[in-house]
Amino acid sequence: MGKMEKTDSVNQEIQMVAFKLKREEYGVSILNVQEIKRLTDITRVPFTPDFFKGVMNLRGSVLPVIDLKKRLGLPAGDYSEDTRIIIVKVEEISIGMIVDAVTEVLTIGIDHIDAPKTVSDSSDSKENGKFISGVGNLNNRLVIMLNLNEIVGLTGDSK
Amino acid sequence: MDTNQYMEMFLEESREHLQSLNDCLLELEHNPEDAAVLNEIFRSAHTIKGMSATMGFTEIAELTHEMENVLDLLRKEQLKADEDIVDTIFKCVDMLEQMIENVAGGENVKVDVSTLVNKLNAIANGDFAPKTATVSSSDSAASLASDLEQTKNNKNDIKLNTTDIAVINSAHISGLQAVHITVTLAESCLLKSARAYMVMNALDEVGEVVKSIPPTDDLEHEKFEHSFDVVFLTGMEAKKIENILLSISEIETVTTEIITVDSSATIDSADKGLAAVPVAKPVVKTVEKEIEKKVAGPSSNNGAHDKKLKSGQSVRVDIDKLDSLMNLVGELVINKTRLEQIGNTHRITELVETIEQMDRVTTDLQSVVMKVRMVPVGQVFNRFPRMVRDLAKELNKEINLTIEGEETELDRTVIDEIGDPLVHLIRNSLDHGIEHPEDRQAKGKSKVGEVGLVARHEGNNVIIMVTDDGKGINPTVIKNKAAEKGLITQEDADAMDDGEAVRLVFLAGFSTADVVTDVSGRGVGMDVVRSKIEALGGLIDVETKIDEGSIFKIKLPLTLAIIQALLVKVQEEIYAIPLGSIDSTINITPDDIKTVQNKEVILLRGQIIPIVRLDNVLNVPQTQEKSGDDLFVVVVHMGERKSGIIVDNLIGQQEIVIKTLGKLLAGLKVISGATVLGNGQVALILDVGTLMQ
Repeated sequence: MGKMEKTDSVNQEIQMVAFKLKREEYGVSILNVQEIKRLTDITRVPFTPDFFKGVMNLRGSVLPVIDLKKRLGLPAGDYSEDTRIIIVKVEEISIGMIVDAVTEVLTIGIDHIDAPKTVSDSSDSKENGKFISGVGNLNNRLVIMLNLNEIVGLTGDSK
Repeated sequence: MDTNQYMEMFLEESREHLQSLNDCLLELEHNPEDAAVLNEIFRSAHTIKGMSATMGFTEIAELTHEMENVLDLLRKEQLKADEDIVDTIFKCVDMLEQMIENVAGGENVKVDVSTLVNKLNAIANGDFAPKTATVSSSDSAASLASDLEQTKNNKNDIKLNTTDIAVINSAHISGLQAVHITVTLAESCLLKSARAYMVMNALDEVGEVVKSIPPTDDLEHEKFEHSFDVVFLTGMEAKKIENILLSISEIETVTTEIITVDSSATIDSADKGLAAVPVAKPVVKTVEKEIEKKVAGPSSNNGAHDKKLKSGQSVRVDIDKLDSLMNLVGELVINKTRLEQIGNTHRITELVETIEQMDRVTTDLQSVVMKVRMVPVGQVFNRFPRMVRDLAKELNKEINLTIEGEETELDRTVIDEIGDPLVHLIRNSLDHGIEHPEDRQAKGKSKVGEVGLVARHEGNNVIIMVTDDGKGINPTVIKNKAAEKGLITQEDADAMDDGEAVRLVFLAGFSTADVVTDVSGRGVGMDVVRSKIEALGGLIDVETKIDEGSIFKIKLPLTLAIIQALLVKVQEEIYAIPLGSIDSTINITPDDIKTVQNKEVILLRGQIIPIVRLDNVLNVPQTQEKSGDDLFVVVVHMGERKSGIIVDNLIGQQEIVIKTLGKLLAGLKVISGATVLGNGQVALILDVGTLMQ
């Protein structure tokens, strides 16, 4: 029986790109990640919300970039050597997210992920709860998993 | 046979042939006797029939087949193309169009063609019989016909046999000889129908195919073994024909024999039918469907020649592929600019020389790619003759449409978008512009209204004009209407000159209905036309004179993908302003700025121009103090309106590749797109139209 359980959990693992915002660790599914870039020139676009950093040049095409910390309502901070832009693709829309540092690619079993409900209750802002799809627990290392659909769903917020 | 891979081709070609049918029918309406036009119509219908039968669209094939019957009678001058017949054929073409669009949409809609088929049959049968009698009695082969009547009792067969022999006989008189050709295909040949088709085509070029055994329908459906027989009229030596046919691949053997049809023995052999006919003997079997292959008169050859010229050598390419090619070239241009900057900074002579070479190549490449994307505007224009005809009938007006410059080329993206606005403008001209014939005569004008559609190049732009010699637009009526609707104040209206007043028709909320005539448009106002054209980076203007007519003039950029722009700097940010909307750039001092009703304006050559401070409008973060007193003003225009944009610095003119900002930022005001500069930085492109509002 024990063996069976193990193979089951192997089948139900997901790979995440883990990154840091301040001291918290976050993750997005590796299937959504197109590439990770160092910080480059970003052109400000007027008439966009505060978290919208601007647009960048990704090999000739123009890509919107958001500041993930501002998007999640976290206090903004300066950029550093470790700052990266994670380019994710959700439903045909590509977008860059500025994060403080990219740590590693993690493999987490589904059974180690808690539902977002437990987190959003403890979260001080109800609004920010919608961005979180769950919390992965890897030997007491907590990885907050993001709901990219909500994060990219800019159109509703910008108006 | 799996026909899916041929679907695109079938649809494309059917559409082309339908267009040609429409064009030719219009031509036929004016010249009912024109044999070349009739032949062209016949060929198009025949091709559609063949293609649709191969693809398994039996209804389309059936309808075209019936059309052919009528067309054939027209061609043989046994029927005259009167209004009723042409109308019926037009209706058939409409029906075919609908059926083909159904096929394209993947819909399996059953269309009832029986009404039209019956109508066609009525035309074919009603007029056919009596006229044939007169034709055959006056025919040189009349004696032969009576001979035949003795040997054969089936009237239908005799009648058609006569025609065949009459054709051969009359060909003899004009110095052509009838040749019986037997073509044997290679055992290994897979696409027998295709080879047979190629043989027929090759023969069509050097003479006339009177008949084939098995009939063409069966040839098209591969209902034959490895050989088939053709009766052929030509002035060419038999040997030469053999050589021509043998040059087609997978043809094994070709034998020819000259036919003489004077003896009754020939006719006897004809009666025995296909199976009994020895290969070397002349074959004159009657199958009703075959009439279509007998191309009557020498004019048919001209027609075939025309068609060949039209097709030329070309490849159909998916527009998406062209778009990605365009994108790649765009990136190349960006990188080239970047290299240029590196070369200039580091002053490496060899590098600079190489870059110059590369510059030439990329410029050429770019212009070639642009040209590939160019499509003649005729593609849009060609639907209008038909539309004007139908509309004129509907409105009881007489209208002559002239089209000029249909070969003028425009970018594919513009072509796709320009159709609807033009439809609207032309409908307007017909509805509101051209008067009824009586009114026109009362005014001393010709009864027939002239509507013109003109396209031509003008610098880097294409001008499309819709003109009419109708009643024109009355500025006073327009002004009153606009004031009544609250679009302008009465004072504004009084201050307006006629030109400005007429332009009010482009205002949103200004309905043309019940202003110019009682007939309204289709619910799309002129403001929609204007915004569509402005969205394409174009402009629309109108000139009009009461009782002399109106001219709607559209100015469009050749392309939308790469434009010339002026780069300007505001604080640390760089923006691009399309050169097309820039009037001039001037240097002013802060003292030059005056205020009118709390709005900042400048005076430029006596004209009051409102100004826009770009840093305020775009909320540009202040990073540095303004130095010096000089202000740079870029004077832009949208239509007749002008505006001055204050910027910190002018960087220079540059060719930029327009990139979209993507779905997320769609609908952003003032910014119409972005471009990547030589240093890899992204600069935003300003939308002058919204900036001025």
